[in-house]
Amino acid sequence: MHEMGIVAEVLAAVTSAAESSHAVRVNHVTITIGQLTAIMPFALNFAWDALTPGTIVEGAVLEIVEVPARSRCGECGTEFEHDQYDRVCPKCGNFMCEVIAGNELRIDNVDVDLPDEEAVATVTGTET
Amino acid sequence: MEIDISRPILARNDELAAANRKLLDTSRVFALDVLASPGAGKTTTILATIDRLRERYRIAVIEGDIASKVDAEKVKAHGIPAVQINTGGACHLEADMIARALGALPIDDLDLVIVENVGNLVCPTEFDLGQGARIVILSVPEGHDKPVKYPAIFAQADAIILNKYDTMHVFDFDEDEFRESVRKLNGAAPIFVISAKTGQGVDAWTDWLSERIDAARA
Repeated sequence: MHEMGIVAEVLAAVTSAAESSHAVRVNHVTITIGQLTAIMPFALNFAWDALTPGTIVEGAVLEIVEVPARSRCGECGTEFEHDQYDRVCPKCGNFMCEVIAGNELRIDNVDVDLPDEEAVATVTGTET
Repeated sequence: MEIDISRPILARNDELAAANRKLLDTSRVFALDVLASPGAGKTTTILATIDRLRERYRIAVIEGDIASKVDAEKVKAHGIPAVQINTGGACHLEADMIARALGALPIDDLDLVIVENVGNLVCPTEFDLGQGARIVILSVPEGHDKPVKYPAIFAQADAIILNKYDTMHVFDFDEDEFRESVRKLNGAAPIFVISAKTGQGVDAWTDWLSERIDAARA
């Protein structure tokens, strides 16, 4: 259940970004999780639903972008996608390959409502 | 409005781990993080390692457990300084816990710090502690299929120990299949076949470790 700790870190970063921009609401949070990490998206969503109520992030959508694993062969230079279990080069059979994607664990961006944005929206709303 | 954050989720842990690594480097201390499931023989392997190396190096141990001081007391009974971290339910050690534990150790008078992580093959994976090397211990009774079930941790190991090799005749452990699944995941990590209890194979493991301790001291 280390996903709880992962989500707590995401919330800390999102809350601090929202506060420093004086946001009133967080709508959407995008994170990227590589396939080679030991993180389960299902458990992230569960932790998200458990930890966000009562915070500025309550009700926000957590979008999880999953990145497939890719490696580069140290012998022949071939770049190839692979699963979690087999990182051997499909071209030359070399097993000393360098992972170039799949270990990501990143907060990308957050969509927020600002107070003045809301005021603008209301004004344009009454005009139309 | 969209705010761009673009930073690692575990940035805070990564920064603390980098600070630990810097402290260890400047103090010329090598830190070994030991990962395994509960009961694989982490403490027994650590004690066997200490017995081989204590004449040559000054060693301390950081013990991570959810609760109890059992392991730290075992190590202290060997005459080796030990700090117990109780995570209070958390399933892995984090860099800030190691920072505090290092603060409680006489770092200038050490060559090797062995960190016994919480028994778990999943959760410690993403949490860098600032270690010089990370090893995974698998024991024969757990079965040869563990690298396939817990690929992430075997993939990042700098070395893998297969422990309790003296029990091979009792279990259906397919060593060829184990080696093949490790090779597909992690072609760089050596596999040391040992019995921490009988001492079989421990010298080859401690030779590998000694090279790294010497490099850190140089």
